[in-house]
Amino acid sequence: MNEELLNILRSVVANATPLVIASLGETITERAGVVNLSLDGSIILSAMVGFVAALASNSPLVGILVAMLAGMIIALIIAVADIELKQDQIAIGFILTLLATDLATFAGQDYTRIPGPQILTTPLPVLKDVPVIGPIFFNQSILTYISYLLVFGVWFWLFRTRPGLAHRSVGERPETAFARGAKVNRLRYIYTAAGGALVGLAGAAYSLSVKPGWATPPNMQGDGWIALAIVIFGGWHPFRVVLGAYLFAGLRALSSAIQRSPDIQIPIVLLNAVPWLLMIFTLLLVSSGGIDRLVRVLPRPVQKWTRNFLRSDPPAALGTRFEPD
Amino acid sequence: MKNRSTALQITLTILPIIVSLVITAVLIMAVGSDPRAVFEKVWEGAFRDERSISQVINFWIPLTLVSMGLTVTFTAGLWNIGVEGQMMLGAVFASWVALYTTLDPILLVPLEVLMAMAGGMLWALLVGVLKTRMGVHEIFGGVALNALANVFSIYLITGPWQPPEGGSIQATPPFPEGALLPPLSDSFRVSLLALVIVGLAIVGVVLALRGTRWGLQLKATGKNPRSALLLGVPTERSSLTAFMVCGGLAGIAGSYRVLFTYGSLRPLVSGGIGFLGLLVVLLIATRALWAPFVAFAFAAILGGSTRLKIALQLDASLAGVLQGFLVLTVLLSNGLRQRLNRGRAAEPSAPTPAEALATEVAHHE
Repeated sequence: MNEELLNILRSVVANATPLVIASLGETITERAGVVNLSLDGSIILSAMVGFVAALASNSPLVGILVAMLAGMIIALIIAVADIELKQDQIAIGFILTLLATDLATFAGQDYTRIPGPQILTTPLPVLKDVPVIGPIFFNQSILTYISYLLVFGVWFWLFRTRPGLAHRSVGERPETAFARGAKVNRLRYIYTAAGGALVGLAGAAYSLSVKPGWATPPNMQGDGWIALAIVIFGGWHPFRVVLGAYLFAGLRALSSAIQRSPDIQIPIVLLNAVPWLLMIFTLLLVSSGGIDRLVRVLPRPVQKWTRNFLRSDPPAALGTRFEPD
Repeated sequence: MKNRSTALQITLTILPIIVSLVITAVLIMAVGSDPRAVFEKVWEGAFRDERSISQVINFWIPLTLVSMGLTVTFTAGLWNIGVEGQMMLGAVFASWVALYTTLDPILLVPLEVLMAMAGGMLWALLVGVLKTRMGVHEIFGGVALNALANVFSIYLITGPWQPPEGGSIQATPPFPEGALLPPLSDSFRVSLLALVIVGLAIVGVVLALRGTRWGLQLKATGKNPRSALLLGVPTERSSLTAFMVCGGLAGIAGSYRVLFTYGSLRPLVSGGIGFLGLLVVLLIATRALWAPFVAFAFAAILGGSTRLKIALQLDASLAGVLQGFLVLTVLLSNGLRQRLNRGRAAEPSAPTPAEALATEVAHHE
């Protein structure tokens, strides 16, 4: 396989890493029935504090931990507001999106465009020499390896373990889960915090690896919304979520490759529309009406398969409050 | 007991303001500045002289317009995050008329404003149809259409509408004098026409929500779309009309930014005012009449912060920080108040708003 293509695919995987981590975090949270809408702001703020902490301590690890803490705190504000104070989680999440972005811009104003510590690429011995797969997947940073583990870890947790079953049931049928002895709200706290920590990790993956450093306006702005859409496209299933993130990063790479090609006369600025058109298109595709329309024009043998593949049902109790009486 | 609870209520009303100010002050100290100097600068920047006051009013006008519009969508239970894009499209449509039409100002200005309304409505209707017909939630449709509106306006500025001396990403050529809204006076630069439109928008929205069948249908749709539909409320029509009213007002707000504030089309011409409108509406819920007052407070913070960068080398995003903390702490303290009240007395419960509304709608039919 040619070298250049391998390089492009390698960078697609690298660039998709924060999206993978953030959308897995949100999957964990939403599977417990809570929406953390603050992703775009959370990622930006944790990217900033992660970068500054890594710079001050000269240790990327400290940066990562601080970023995760920031993501977790924001998520916990949403959980407390929802569970204890009965405030709308969408409203709080939206406020936090704006607030976290402004907070990052203000508090990070002295740290823009300065070099700082980065997480370097660490090729994995043996695995890196596997043809094709090695150079694409195993010549990456440690955060990307963590993202692989997370994908399988989250899948295994949700679908193969007993606490994972309770986790899902809290998001699907909290009353039933409660009757069976699950501590619904406590579990929601735990999974909202865990999801938020991963969102924070995604922020660190930007500022310490994918888009190193800090700038205003933040150069990862918008990706939080993309991650939220990927969770829907992914049908709240870790494997499909990851597929969505890679597809998305791939198409983005493709559009910037088109941008560089001299034969195609498209104004460069219009290519910035691609991610957003893609977002609307994918959400249309997995909406129930969209699937129906698509299935109608397909040949019969693949109809059922397509429907099952594209079906994307949210956790039944997503965004609702649970009040034990 | 009575006194204690009144004291508690007052505390819970003032607390959020104090907490937000304290957090902001700590942040200012954290970046090595003096909070007192900053707050003084913001106050001066907003209220020092006619010029600073008129600047505040120039933020207040578009902010109040979008807040009134967002009160309508909120009443219908819709999250119109796409309001920023609706402002931008309004600005684009108004700019199109301003750049390429030669008419007497008496006709030109109304045409610009009407086209801006149309542009905002179009963008809002797209979000609405994506929601009601295509199953795409309005938050995602709105976020995407915001970004698309911005891409579109940057494309126009750097491409077809670029100044003759060459492309820049700064702005289109300045509009001709006759295409702009005239200011009241040189020292008090505020547009009278815009003030009239804002007044009409306030009265119109308040009356429409209070006293019309349409307003009632919006409320029913917002409280519980399923039972509203069962009661015979045309919920899809309610949602789409709510989006269009909000989009129209946002379009006018956008046109004000290009026809008065800047005099040309710029990237991100909405300047976050649409999002700020969402914060206003989160504070006031559906009490439309409060919107102009809350909007004024926010406009003062915004206007007062514009000179922070020059005076104290501080980023103007401080305004957003203070506004964000204010709204967050107010909502949290509302929750706290309700929680304390719930704990106090188990009185016989009044009918829930949804139940009361259902009866109201049923009687109205």
